[in-house]
Amino acid sequence: MSAVPQPGGTRIGARFAELRAHRRAGFIPFVTAGDPDAEASFEILQGLPGHGADLIELGVPFSDPMADGPAIQASSLRALKSGMSVKGVLALVERFRARDDVTPLVLMGYFNPIHAYGAEHFLRDAAHAGVDGLIIVDLSPEEDGALRTHASTNGIDIVRLATPTTSDRRLDTVLAGAGGFLYYVSVTGVTGTKAVSTEDVASAVARIRRKSRLPCAVGFGIRTPEQAAAVARIADAAVVGSAMVQSIADGLVSQWPRGDIVDGALRLCRSLADAVHGARDAP
Amino acid sequence: MKATANSFRSGPDAAGHFGAFGGRYVAETLMPLLLDLEEAWIASKDDPAFQAELDALLAHYVGRPSPLYFAERLTRHLGGAKIWFKREDLNHTGAHKINNCIGQVLLARKMGKTRIIAETGAGQHGVATATVAARFGLPCVIYMGEVDRERQRPNVFRMNLLGAEVRAVASGSRTLKDAMNEALRDWVANVSDTFYIIGSAAGPHPYPAMVRDFQTVIGEEVRAQILQAEARLPDLLVACVGGGSNAIGLFHPFLDEPTVSITGVEAAGEGLATRHHAATLSKGSPGVLHGARSYLLQDGDGQVLEAHSISAGLDYPGVGPEHSWLKESGRVNYVSIRDDEALDAFQWTCRLEGIIPALESAHAIAQVIKMAPEMEPDKIIVVGLSGRGDKDVFTVAQALGQSL
Repeated sequence: MSAVPQPGGTRIGARFAELRAHRRAGFIPFVTAGDPDAEASFEILQGLPGHGADLIELGVPFSDPMADGPAIQASSLRALKSGMSVKGVLALVERFRARDDVTPLVLMGYFNPIHAYGAEHFLRDAAHAGVDGLIIVDLSPEEDGALRTHASTNGIDIVRLATPTTSDRRLDTVLAGAGGFLYYVSVTGVTGTKAVSTEDVASAVARIRRKSRLPCAVGFGIRTPEQAAAVARIADAAVVGSAMVQSIADGLVSQWPRGDIVDGALRLCRSLADAVHGARDAP
Repeated sequence: MKATANSFRSGPDAAGHFGAFGGRYVAETLMPLLLDLEEAWIASKDDPAFQAELDALLAHYVGRPSPLYFAERLTRHLGGAKIWFKREDLNHTGAHKINNCIGQVLLARKMGKTRIIAETGAGQHGVATATVAARFGLPCVIYMGEVDRERQRPNVFRMNLLGAEVRAVASGSRTLKDAMNEALRDWVANVSDTFYIIGSAAGPHPYPAMVRDFQTVIGEEVRAQILQAEARLPDLLVACVGGGSNAIGLFHPFLDEPTVSITGVEAAGEGLATRHHAATLSKGSPGVLHGARSYLLQDGDGQVLEAHSISAGLDYPGVGPEHSWLKESGRVNYVSIRDDEALDAFQWTCRLEGIIPALESAHAIAQVIKMAPEMEPDKIIVVGLSGRGDKDVFTVAQALGQSL
């Protein structure tokens, strides 16, 4: 790992290069900024790299998360109720970056909060805070032109999504202008509701690799260490979101103290990361 | 596309934009479906067999053309312009929604889709969708917010009778916007066999343009009917705007007629000074929700606000993108009417014309009640009576302090 501070946008490339050099897949946990509250969320965020996270997806909460299943919907709602805002998300990232200048951090969410903030203004502030990439679920390649211009000015990658419905022709559209890595949505459905099929993912990833040298992360249908390990044998990284935020929800239901909720999320991160990191060693 | 454009009827462009509005803001999973749908829809326009089947169903199943009725007693009572009602309430299922559902179910069949889903607010679109699904023997799931399900119980039972499954949506504000979120989630999970019949002129391209095209039968009939009755075009068109499908259907054929003034009526709920309204175009700002850029009720952080209206069909924090463009271009004047004003108009229409209007339509009539007396008696107003109000009698009784 490099100790030299890096501008946003290159941390992602450096991390995937490093993973490739070590011949292992990366683990990417997703948590929502502000869930269950700003402070506990910061502690989780700060603890993730030490618990095996190679890259972090930080959710920007939105009132109408139509690509998400019940677990992330509830997480988003908890974050909004705790008062999280777009400015608040960037403040969390800035605090995180003050101590960690190497772990890539990608914001994931919906377009309207960014639109309301002002795309140009947002990209500048996000770069300043230390954001490396953006995954905007409802911003199709057809509509992201203006945002990409501001992103490239500020050294932030726009991470595109491919899905099981993406044809070869469509894949060209998705890959044109894609940055950082490609996010393969492994199921047709919302987050956290269907289980990944390893066979389908293998053929999809092979199809993507024929067209692109971008690293390929897989997410949406991965809950368990076993599923994460299976994906890690095929793709460059595995993303787990719903299970991560569900651990927070479970802690809240059991009325755990905040410290135990943070520990619970970080333990889950560790077990998933271990499974991913050891996947290619298994016989 | 500003007011200097040669035509107000040329939109959207190839990417589905009406000026700065519209577009396709959806999850990547849905993009190929939208592209397929667009292709099927465009092909259907030049397909004589498709158009013949559509026309036959509109005539013999829906009961078109719907009458253009001179509201003589309301006109006399107000003492101004002549008021004509476009009677979409007389359509099969009691509202304009069926015009679009017939068109979309034919497209669904053409595309080989075997399952229908829809969202509904007031329940009129849900009933219309359940109706066409029954007519074509397709299984049907309707998403409806819990709050709406409670205030539109008669329509829930109608949908059940028609064989549809009504799924209550408990997320968010539990109204139309949340029902639409849930329908989109269903669609993403069932892309291979499912056709999503969106009921409003909203959502990602091609829906706003496609729904508009299926609804312009309203305005085209009005044009022929008023020319026959009065030998000239109307001076003013008035329609209510939630998402805006009946309004765009009435307005669109007249957009390039400079002598025709056009007014869209949003729901002001408890008043624009309160937070309890659904006046998206008057009080909102441009944003992105449900697949399109359009005016939106939102806070400073881009979170979508809950709308309020006594009328479930207008209780939506967004609006179709073409209306946003027509507002910015200045071609259509958008105003708003409060719950209490709509209730008054509802009762006047019952008493003076023997017509129980939908609460949605009562908003348009309330605006006419304001404007007609200020106009000369030789002027002509056509108001879109988008639906009948039988579904609203419980809501109205409650608002008037009566129990049924």
